[in-house]
Amino acid sequence: MKISMIVNGQSHAIELTDEYTPLLWVIRDILGLKGTKFGCGKAACGACTLHVDGEAVRSCSYPVKFAEGKQITTIEGLGNAENPHPVQQAWIEEIVPQCGYCQPGFMMATAALLNKIPNPTDEDIDNNIINVCRCGTYYRMRKAIHKAADKQNAINEINEPTKA
Amino acid sequence: MADNQSSEKKLSRRKFLVRGGLGTIGVLAVGTYVLRNPIRRAILEKANEMDLAYMGSTDNPMLWFELGKDNVVILHSPKIEMGQGTFTGLAQMAADELEISMSNIKVVHATTATGNIDGMSTGGSTSISGLWQPLRELAAIFREMMKIEAAKKLGVSVDDLSVKDGVVSANSKSLTYAEISEGVTNWTIPEKPILKDISSYKYVGKPVPRVDLDDKVYGAPMFGLDAEMPNMLYGAVVRPSKIGAKFISATTDKAEKMPGVIKIVSEDDFVGVVAESYIEAENAKQAIEVIWETPDNLQQDAIVSMMTVGNGKSTIIQKEGDALEGDDIVQMEFRSPIGAHAQIEPNGVVAFVEESKATIMISTQVIGITRKEVSSRLGWDAEQVNVIPTYLGGGFGRRLHTPHAVQAAVMSQAVGKPVKYIFSREEEFQHDMFRPPTHHILKGRLNEQGLLDGLEHHFVSGDVGNNSALVPNIVPPIVGADIGAIRGGFLQYSAVPNHRSVYWHVTLPFATSWWRSLGLLANTFAIESFVDEMALKAGKDAIEFRLAQVNDDEAGKRLKEVMRTAGERAGYSEEIKDGKAMGFAASVDAGTPCAHVVEVSVEDNKIRVHKVTVVLDPGLAVNPDQIRAQCEGCVIMGMSAVLFEQMKVVDGSLTPTIYGPYEMALMKHAPREIDVVLLQGKDTPGAVGEPPLGPIGAAIANAIRRLTGKRLQSMPLKLT
Ligand code: FES
Ligand code: FES
Repeated sequence: MKISMIVNGQSHAIELTDEYTPLLWVIRDILGLKGTKFGCGKAACGACTLHVDGEAVRSCSYPVKFAEGKQITTIEGLGNAENPHPVQQAWIEEIVPQCGYCQPGFMMATAALLNKIPNPTDEDIDNNIINVCRCGTYYRMRKAIHKAADKQNAINEINEPTKA
Repeated sequence: MADNQSSEKKLSRRKFLVRGGLGTIGVLAVGTYVLRNPIRRAILEKANEMDLAYMGSTDNPMLWFELGKDNVVILHSPKIEMGQGTFTGLAQMAADELEISMSNIKVVHATTATGNIDGMSTGGSTSISGLWQPLRELAAIFREMMKIEAAKKLGVSVDDLSVKDGVVSANSKSLTYAEISEGVTNWTIPEKPILKDISSYKYVGKPVPRVDLDDKVYGAPMFGLDAEMPNMLYGAVVRPSKIGAKFISATTDKAEKMPGVIKIVSEDDFVGVVAESYIEAENAKQAIEVIWETPDNLQQDAIVSMMTVGNGKSTIIQKEGDALEGDDIVQMEFRSPIGAHAQIEPNGVVAFVEESKATIMISTQVIGITRKEVSSRLGWDAEQVNVIPTYLGGGFGRRLHTPHAVQAAVMSQAVGKPVKYIFSREEEFQHDMFRPPTHHILKGRLNEQGLLDGLEHHFVSGDVGNNSALVPNIVPPIVGADIGAIRGGFLQYSAVPNHRSVYWHVTLPFATSWWRSLGLLANTFAIESFVDEMALKAGKDAIEFRLAQVNDDEAGKRLKEVMRTAGERAGYSEEIKDGKAMGFAASVDAGTPCAHVVEVSVEDNKIRVHKVTVVLDPGLAVNPDQIRAQCEGCVIMGMSAVLFEQMKVVDGSLTPTIYGPYEMALMKHAPREIDVVLLQGKDTPGAVGEPPLGPIGAAIANAIRRLTGKRLQSMPLKLT
């Protein structure tokens, strides 16, 4: 069977025998995008978080068939060194990563949160950012999330001054 | 001057091997490897004379530095980057002595083929401190070699040269290192490396950003699980869910017919399957029926009673004065549970076994051991196997055992293609090498002045350092004692006239090993909780009580300074304010003293940590920002272990096997404030990655004692 989806702006038609293959493995092993991580395979850690039509999804537990016709964004598509996303900028300024393995999942979860709640309170962060980081970088992450919100709001103001 | 410091004399081969198993070798290559050998040999002669604080093989020259035509120096690190920031610290140290800018140094993991690997493994908080002297000396030799050749090429004396950012200049002429190296075949090696003055360093001591920051923020494929080789297949191995299960036989008919399956690999000790994709391999694995021989179902009670002071073999690790006797002794018990590493990147490996060579890409903390295990299973020489280490998605001691590398190699050999093999999360939990549970009995007695006249720590632990590749040189070996388990088990109250620490060793029926900071977390929890209880009994301030019982030797002075600073900085007080109480604890690990002051409250019967003040004296801080990051990480990882985590044996299996049920600290649990203060009590770098874990458990328990009157004696700390 064939699954069509748009990943980081590029359309892909993927030939698969098992439509219940988790999206994670299609992204990592077929499309070769390794930024989305495998941590548990059971939707329990958030390392595999990416966006499906703008929503944060734990891709290890998301059968690829549900991605048919959808827009997928991974950490590679969120931004890059030339054109970083405000979340990535904030992450760099706060020097958040330690081992770094959980970080793409956290950045994707944060980017999705900021789209819903542009100025998250600490409680919003506690309730919505529920991935696991073993290195214990939560302290810097919280600072980076607030900073990313400020950056994103500043950009939005420039783009849509009337709303400001 | 300069000429006196140089010498072209050849050192004898014997001299290379002067240190037996100790030593290392440097190499420089420009563009291609044309110049590799002469320079390799040249630096080798120097490197072998140095007193290196780590072990490597000296049989082959090792590659330390490579210089490219673009004037970028590649540093081949013998240490693994697992998040602790070692690459950044090493880059700072090298860049300063090489006289190049941070943007012109790149750090990569050495492979077993380049030779510059550490036989001792990465861990024990020794990477920066151990390489502080040798790496700077090698870099200084490199710089001086460049200057000597530059002087020849520019026709001036070495003393007239100036060096900046990898460019050597005299008068108005200048040459880059790359230009200098061109055509040089006979390098002159300075006799003695001339180190720069520490105060002149541009990078050491500064909070420069991590060298791997961009890669980690933009999702670069850098971890073990990201490794790939062309035409790679996927393997899976059936693992037992019960402790002590032995593989007997397997029925594989069903699995053989599953989609994507290439081959079932049946060995004497395991059965695996190779398939075209990860999911197909995993699915086929589920279809294999294995008969295991399992011992009687073990239960948690049995583990707890096994793990009781008085069982096993005892060793006195510290003794001053007499043993405590009499009715006026205060005695308390403490326990810590089995802990899982729970690093987010599961173990995994890509192996490709060809006719007479094998390549292994893997997250490992023990490169040399991984290689040895693979080569001996294949019946080959170690040199036929190249281990390429990757960045680790968390280490914490979990990568000291890599039997999966052997299994992947066997599967690869069976199919003649590269095979990638990843642990499932369930396997990761069930087959972890756990932090062993511990039990502690503390005894003490107060004198008339309300100070301790005697203090004793009796404790039992499973294996930590025994059976482990990680043998740090910072803990004095004590015959009969497990050097990992006793870490943090010593009493730091040197002024107490009668004090002793007795370690009991019990071997558990499942594997236990190194978990970040080893015995430190549990030992400090027990000792510092008890000392706090004695301070309360004496009616004294928690910090004053401790300060009075530490001698004024060098280590004691540093410890006291850390304690005092923590108290002042946090405004330590025994009062309860706005429903919050403070708790204090301190420890010394691997020569690095650390104190914590925490502020806690109880909400809905749950412990909430609001603020943690950390004072650490790591000696010279190579990268203060990364040391702060390690302190923050230790606080949160420590809180996670102290407040939430525990594995239990249920019906012969280690449970739970997934995050969530294995409760860990999340964003919502992290303190809103972590205030880190760094002191510098000595002028060389000391241990950083583990020492800040020590005090957190006791500090929280001590605060809860003040807030609620309850003395919590078991980790994880629960109010009901
Ligand atoms: S890997 Fe998907 S949540 Fe853990
Ligand atoms: S940075 Fe290592 S798990 Fe989060």
